[in-house]
Amino acid sequence: MRYGFFWLLRCRKDEALTLRSPPQVGCEDGSVKLFQVLPDRIQFERQLDRQKERILSLSWHPSGTRIAAGSIDRFYIFDIKSGHVSRQILVERRLQGSPSPKCLVWDLAFLSDGTVVSVDSAGKVQFWDSEMGTLLSKHPISKAAVLSVAVAEAEDSLVVGTSEGTVYQFQLLPVKLGGSEHHWVRTRLFRHHTHDVRTVAHTATAFISGGLDGQLVIRPLMEKVESKTYEAALRIVAFPHRCLVSCARRARLLLFQYPQHLELWRLGTTNTFGRPGEVLPVSCPPQNLLQLKAKGPEHIRSSCVSPCGSWIAYSTATRFYLHRVQLTGEQVSINRVLKTPKLNGSAHHLLFSSDSTRLFVASDCGCVHVLSLLQSGACKHLHTLRPNLERSEAVYQLAVSADGKWLSAAGGDRDICIYNLENTKLHCTVPSYGCPVTALAIHPVTNNLIIAHSDQQVFEFSIRDKGYTPWSRKLQQLGLHKDWLERDTPITHIAFRPRHPSHVLLHDTYMFCILDTSLPLHEDAAASKKQAQLVKTTQRNRVHAFKICKRFQPLLFVDFLDDTSLVVVERPLMDIKAQLPPPVYQKKFGT
Amino acid sequence: MAVFRERFTLCSLPGTPPRAPLGLEADADRVLLTDRGRTVTLYKVSDQKPLSCWSVKQGQTITCPAVWNSETEEFILVHDGKVLQIWKEDDTDLDKVFKATLSSDVYRIHSLPHTEPLVLFKGGAVKNLDALLAAPQQEIENIISNEVIRWSDTLIGVEKHVLLFITEQDRNYFIYVQHCNPYFLQKFKLEQGVGSSTPLSFTAYLKNKVIALLCLYSSGYVCEVLVPLQESKTAETQILPKSVLLRLNVCGSILKGTSIVILDKDHIAVTGCLDSSESNVKDCFSIWNVKFQTLEASKELPQGTTGQCWAYDDKLFITHGRELEVILYKCETSSLAAAVGKSKDTHISEMKSLSTDWNMLQEDDLMCAHPDKPAKDESKRLLRSRKNVQEGTLTVEQLLVIIKGASQNTVEEKLLAFLSSTPMPVFQVSIGYIVSTLVNRCKAESSFYPRRCLVQLIQTQGVSYSMCPELMAIAVEKTDIHLLQLCLQQFPDIPEAVICTCLRIFLSIGDDHLETMNMNLDFVPSHVDTVQNNKMDELSKIVQNGCTFELIEEDSCDTQAIQKSHELDLNEICPVGPYRATLLNTIICSAYSETFLLPHLKDLSAKEVILFLQYLQYVYVQCSKESSAHFPGIFRLTVQQIMDWLCLLLDAHFTVVVMLPEARGLLSKLHKFVRAQVHFYSELNKIEGSLKHLQRINHPEDKGLYSIEVIKLT
Repeated sequence: MRYGFFWLLRCRKDEALTLRSPPQVGCEDGSVKLFQVLPDRIQFERQLDRQKERILSLSWHPSGTRIAAGSIDRFYIFDIKSGHVSRQILVERRLQGSPSPKCLVWDLAFLSDGTVVSVDSAGKVQFWDSEMGTLLSKHPISKAAVLSVAVAEAEDSLVVGTSEGTVYQFQLLPVKLGGSEHHWVRTRLFRHHTHDVRTVAHTATAFISGGLDGQLVIRPLMEKVESKTYEAALRIVAFPHRCLVSCARRARLLLFQYPQHLELWRLGTTNTFGRPGEVLPVSCPPQNLLQLKAKGPEHIRSSCVSPCGSWIAYSTATRFYLHRVQLTGEQVSINRVLKTPKLNGSAHHLLFSSDSTRLFVASDCGCVHVLSLLQSGACKHLHTLRPNLERSEAVYQLAVSADGKWLSAAGGDRDICIYNLENTKLHCTVPSYGCPVTALAIHPVTNNLIIAHSDQQVFEFSIRDKGYTPWSRKLQQLGLHKDWLERDTPITHIAFRPRHPSHVLLHDTYMFCILDTSLPLHEDAAASKKQAQLVKTTQRNRVHAFKICKRFQPLLFVDFLDDTSLVVVERPLMDIKAQLPPPVYQKKFGT
Repeated sequence: MAVFRERFTLCSLPGTPPRAPLGLEADADRVLLTDRGRTVTLYKVSDQKPLSCWSVKQGQTITCPAVWNSETEEFILVHDGKVLQIWKEDDTDLDKVFKATLSSDVYRIHSLPHTEPLVLFKGGAVKNLDALLAAPQQEIENIISNEVIRWSDTLIGVEKHVLLFITEQDRNYFIYVQHCNPYFLQKFKLEQGVGSSTPLSFTAYLKNKVIALLCLYSSGYVCEVLVPLQESKTAETQILPKSVLLRLNVCGSILKGTSIVILDKDHIAVTGCLDSSESNVKDCFSIWNVKFQTLEASKELPQGTTGQCWAYDDKLFITHGRELEVILYKCETSSLAAAVGKSKDTHISEMKSLSTDWNMLQEDDLMCAHPDKPAKDESKRLLRSRKNVQEGTLTVEQLLVIIKGASQNTVEEKLLAFLSSTPMPVFQVSIGYIVSTLVNRCKAESSFYPRRCLVQLIQTQGVSYSMCPELMAIAVEKTDIHLLQLCLQQFPDIPEAVICTCLRIFLSIGDDHLETMNMNLDFVPSHVDTVQNNKMDELSKIVQNGCTFELIEEDSCDTQAIQKSHELDLNEICPVGPYRATLLNTIICSAYSETFLLPHLKDLSAKEVILFLQYLQYVYVQCSKESSAHFPGIFRLTVQQIMDWLCLLLDAHFTVVVMLPEARGLLSKLHKFVRAQVHFYSELNKIEGSLKHLQRINHPEDKGLYSIEVIKLT
């Protein structure tokens, strides 16, 4: 559904019917098409009456019998049974003298009582009675366009996002306290974005907005959450919660994944040593070896460089590409491996084995394909690893052991499967845990699997024993420190220090941590909740397992290059902001 | 600041393009307007209507504007240069009135109150009208040969009248002063203008037995020429120097004036055009303050003007387009504070244009218009009974009359009523007149002292020292401590000499006298009370948090407590009572310049110096102690202020202080205290480097896009 003339797609909300209910597609040519989602494919069902202007927005009535479709200067109510327009409602144009005479209905929300909420390019939020076609109320909120609307499940609150970067909340409130008559009232204004708020979502306790400035903002609604708790904090997600950088340790290369291209860099070096805190002179500057543009309009979904640095694999939403890179001195040559095996679906995660002879492709449907890479540059499909259960969720995280014997795969259904690569069988599964996995790694020496979850918990699972290790159990028993648990961003990468097997490196956006599993966990860590203050003072004086460094922020990637060097990739938010287009021009007095 | 109150049209001017009138003479509410053609019209200004009109025969032309001889209640005019006619108001036909043909051409007749009119001939001779009428055909000698009279005016001095006229010959201007009694003529030459600028208009007034002649030059300058009245012994013509008084410069563009009129001793009105750029020439007229060279008010004349302007009383007569307009104005008393905007609270009033209230005019001749009436009240006001109107509001003019004459009680009552009812802009303009009139009466009558009014007036914050310097002099004379304190608090521009006088009074006045004073205790410094408060431990805590001011005030009255608390360190006892402390704090807070204050400080006696030094030392110690806490109240002393006064006082009385034995202990204590502080600050300076270093650690330098660093994980 990534072609220009499809404008949008809305599924019917009714969960019991999800699979059988037809999702809809609004088209550039003014038609609304219904599709049936079948377990293995999507099937066209029928087309509703075609209208003159293109369809910009769609919203199902919760009952699934009607649909509202926003167009230019008007919106339509379709009756699903007949496929005809049951009502056409004109949305008035801009009130003030307008440069663009058209009024685009950017988004709609169809409430269960038949009220339709329309937001449009003239900056209005309007509530309509879909039965009578009358305007119930009108709220001009912005001089610029209102782009998105989302309604809470209870239909007592909704949020709209404008192109000025503001989000307004409307609430259905009684006109008189305790009265039965309710009106939609504009209640709050949130200003967390600098650019267009293209989309909003409303959960029971918070709303989420995202837009052109590249941030996802999760704003808890204070009346729904207890104040001064972890849940009540405003969260701004600047980076995807996954690793966008991969590192070839031996070749000292870094591969950066951008939405439409990849960049391969060779790290600079120094030839001196220094004391802690010193900045060393760079004797050989870093070098941009390669810029690889993805073909077509699709975004790159995952990428990986092999540890030896001679292979680069990446995948878009529909297909995956493999390139062979040859570095001889200053010369860089790249060849695409054309004869890649035909795989079903696309790759969510790509991983090379540590000897660079295998490529693991995490597929849509829960299985992992193993490809063999030959020195000649050829590539061959070896086999597909399948979980015992027929699972439909895609695999998002992969980890392979250094000896090439074990592969673990974490999927969307929160199961972690461990495969034996020697007999290509499923070895075991990790007991399922309630939160998604954000990072996985297998220890090179002990072959224990380290798992980081989105709720900041860390587990160590012994593959050999098929159970959690005593260290992990002890950690669970003592509990993690409150400061660790209340971090904002998840662990996105786990790595090991080559000659110090007890050292585990974990990092999120704002810190990296070296976890020394050989050091004792604090006995009093468990008491932290009770006597946090006391613990803090005592901890300072002791050697402890968690060594945290917050010197580099915000972090995209941290990894060990060798036993004594770390590579740290920072991505300053100011650099991203500087590349954004200017926000909506607002006339300020005196300018 | 000047305010235009109202404008209305008196009459329209005849002819196309409209011809400016030949002359205009005013007498109370009536003006006599002489046409350039044949008619003379008498108007009642407040009614905007003509009372009567006379015209000479066809073929005759009036050459000299008609004047009103108030002595004989006759009108006089000259037509065709030589024919003089005199008539009374009830005469209708000019053909039938008295007529006399003179032997020489008349330039102008000048009518003076209480004396005979003077006739100025074109030849420069000046004759008494009586003497002239006795023998109309008498020979008139020619004093000026080839010179042409440009302007003439009469000035009424204390002792005598003079007639001043200016002649021109080949761009040389001569000033003639004709004295009447004894009869002699002085001749001066006016210093030539620089470049091509020529004098356009003149006006003159008497200033301490010297004539101040103001000339408006075509280049936009107003120059002042002082003409001495004493007869000079030398025979040759004296050349009078001119000094530039004012450059008519409005927002960068020059005002090309055409006529100039004196309004009062500080203000002039200039009619002219504002030559801002080639295309944009706007006619306007403006009021200027010549003392401070500021533009007070200005008004555009969109329909153009011929440039003539007359001023009588509070009315300006201006030709505007096809009409003769009357504009009522009011000028604020000129003061330095108002000129430089130092007035603590300046209100800029918008120019109000209000219509005449005819009801009011009939009742009271004094009032030509009602200045303070908002337009929407008009209908309501008309319905009111006369009595109500009279009681309700007074105009400034009425009030001034009351102040000059009525008893103190009446004055106070009326003035307070006026203060409460008058809107701010009108009040702002007139407060200067009110204060000066009040003070003048106080000076004249020693029993007259409306204290309450003066206090009220000062508290309006519209008064400044420069507006009425005598006010503080009177307060000093009457030793009105409260008034002096108020002045010190409110006035922005008190000279250092007066500050010093106040200081002497505050230091020397008896305590018993102080306690009977009704004084503003808001100003009681918290320092004075901290002593007791420290003892009343709980209370002081609250105070130091800056919340409860009331507590201090209650405690501060209890001065006896300090005196009796012997166990306290002497250092901590305030050397003066709270009243005196308040007054001294007022002095310490006032603005001054050290250079000017120092010589006056030397007038203090040794005893006063010691007392003041003791007090300064006390507040200094208190202030340094409490510098972290916030003292309540607006007027809080700063260490800087106290230090400045200490230094000044020591500078002024260095020898005295060194010699006096009781000062020695004081000085050594001060010295110790200051030394301790200096030591403390120098120690602070020493650790400054370390603090800066800490800051640097927290803000690491930018390392660029790529760097290799050594870090140690702990």
